[in-house]
Amino acid sequence: MNRETALPMPGERRKQSKTTGRFATTRPPRLELSPAPKWHGLVEWSLRLFAASAVLAIALILIFIAKEAAPLLYDGAIRHEVTLAKMWFSQLWPGYDEAASIWQPVSEIPKFGILPLIIGTLKVTIVSMSVGVPLGVGSALYVSQYARPRTREIVKPLIELLAGIPSVVLGFFALIVMATWFQNLFGFDSRLNAIVSGVALSFAVIPVIFTLSEEAFRAVPRSYVEASTALGAARWQTITRVLLPAASPGIAAGVALGLGRAIGETMIVLMASGNAAIVSGNFADSVRTLSATIAAELAEVVFGEAHYTVLFYLGTMLFLATFCINTVGDWTIRRMKAKLGGAS
Amino acid sequence: MFVRTVSNRFGDAAMALSSGLATLVVLAILTIILVDVIRNGAAHLSMTFLTQAPKEGMTAGGIFPAIVGMVEMVFLMTLAGVPVGVATAIYLHEYAPAQSRLTRLIRIAVANLAGVPSIVFGLFGLGFFVQFLGAGIDKVFFAGQKVFGQPALIWAALTMAVLTLPVVIVATEEALRAVPNELREASLALGATKFQTVMHVVVPQASAGILTGMILAVSRGAGEVAPILFTGAAYFLPQLPKGLSSQFMSPSYHVYVLATQSPDVDATKPILYSTVLVLLALTFVLNIAAIVVRARVRRQSGLAH
Repeated sequence: MNRETALPMPGERRKQSKTTGRFATTRPPRLELSPAPKWHGLVEWSLRLFAASAVLAIALILIFIAKEAAPLLYDGAIRHEVTLAKMWFSQLWPGYDEAASIWQPVSEIPKFGILPLIIGTLKVTIVSMSVGVPLGVGSALYVSQYARPRTREIVKPLIELLAGIPSVVLGFFALIVMATWFQNLFGFDSRLNAIVSGVALSFAVIPVIFTLSEEAFRAVPRSYVEASTALGAARWQTITRVLLPAASPGIAAGVALGLGRAIGETMIVLMASGNAAIVSGNFADSVRTLSATIAAELAEVVFGEAHYTVLFYLGTMLFLATFCINTVGDWTIRRMKAKLGGAS
Repeated sequence: MFVRTVSNRFGDAAMALSSGLATLVVLAILTIILVDVIRNGAAHLSMTFLTQAPKEGMTAGGIFPAIVGMVEMVFLMTLAGVPVGVATAIYLHEYAPAQSRLTRLIRIAVANLAGVPSIVFGLFGLGFFVQFLGAGIDKVFFAGQKVFGQPALIWAALTMAVLTLPVVIVATEEALRAVPNELREASLALGATKFQTVMHVVVPQASAGILTGMILAVSRGAGEVAPILFTGAAYFLPQLPKGLSSQFMSPSYHVYVLATQSPDVDATKPILYSTVLVLLALTFVLNIAAIVVRARVRRQSGLAH
């Protein structure tokens, strides 16, 4: 910079040179940022490593449960007892008249037919979803559309509190209290069955569906509702034709995450389903689910033998099923957020 | 014009009524569970119940060892899991480029980790921690003697730490999001480096939210049973856990065993109910604390904008 043309700093006194008559200026202090110390970069890298631990965790989970299940595919001694085909398809067992899929892992001839377990899981899941979806979405609709702000501020934390109840407590409640009530009410033959455990399971599913649906309803831009009302639609028409369709991706995501929870939940079904591996369409029969089977049997198996391997195989199936459901649910949420975020 | 036909009135009323009814049913479920547990559990609850060991085949005495076991497990879990969770959230929110492949991958992993069934965590804990890490440690340090290669406090705590990781990450990220950007910009404008800004401005502002995540993780860890079934929980132990490789008792596991495997259900019922009450009270206190802290954080960040 040229000294002569440099502008004076505010409040700066200028000396006038006697010989040239020019003003001399002192330069303004230069601000210089010292570069960040090297170890700050190191911190960023270690933070990144920590963050990658979530990815590592998922990978390790899959690797280590699949590793224990893998001998099913190649180990001769285990394949002598059980193969994937024997698990998935009905077999003609000695002493039986027709082919059947039977789960009797500790009988003299171990039978690892998983059809009863899959049917059991489906039955419990169907019951819990048909109770949980209407209640979860319905209460989300009420809280987001009808409730006054004060009511909402009370109801929302209460439903979050329901989410906080440990599943073992829900299982306990279903086993000790609900099962008796239901039996007196409906006259079930078996006290513990798919209906009791499914309804108890829905208590765990409802908060999941509620939270995401409520968020979805509230994310719908006000202009949608206002436009519909301005066109003369009644409130119920606005809700069914405008609000629900607009919020449907979020609700679907909530239902998906609830479904994942229902399939994987263990303690409730372990305690309240009766744990009988029966193939039947009757919801009042006792059922045994995939998750409960692992929980009930793993403690008694010998490390590395066929039964142990099969239980890890069931775990791998559960992991993959919930992984797919959750990925779809998560993707739907993201897409909805991007879409509605752009629209409002 | 708004047409107030009969069918519209009926539709409106039905919609309001059915959604209101759904809400009432959900609240009724919560109330019924609470009332039943409090009514039946309060009778046996006393100071001695909290400070005594179980006696006479679980039909008398208290749950002191279970409470100690849970506190130790949860403490170790917090120690191992919360720093990782907080670091992950700080990276995701403060450092990571929004659209990079790694960021997307981490987000998908976190969302999925939250959805992995708890029994799968139990399998993972057994397969990875007990049989891989534990047996490996035994081979190297204990000449093949079984010390860590069996279910133990440390493995249960680490399994639970992985399980609660998403809880901490989600809560911390929400807290970081609530910190106004002006604060970051002001700090950077004063010449602070990114790390100084994060450490001295952002994290202190978000500390209440981070605390929320920690509380929720503790509540979750105290209540879960499936992950500790095979990784360290024991039904009955004559003494308190001696070290990281001991097994431990836990109120949640205690509830499961008392409810399902008791030979004399009526004799153990009072103890069962009181244990449930303790467990429920603990998780509720923690959850309410989390809700209160979070509400305060939200209000503050609302004012700041």
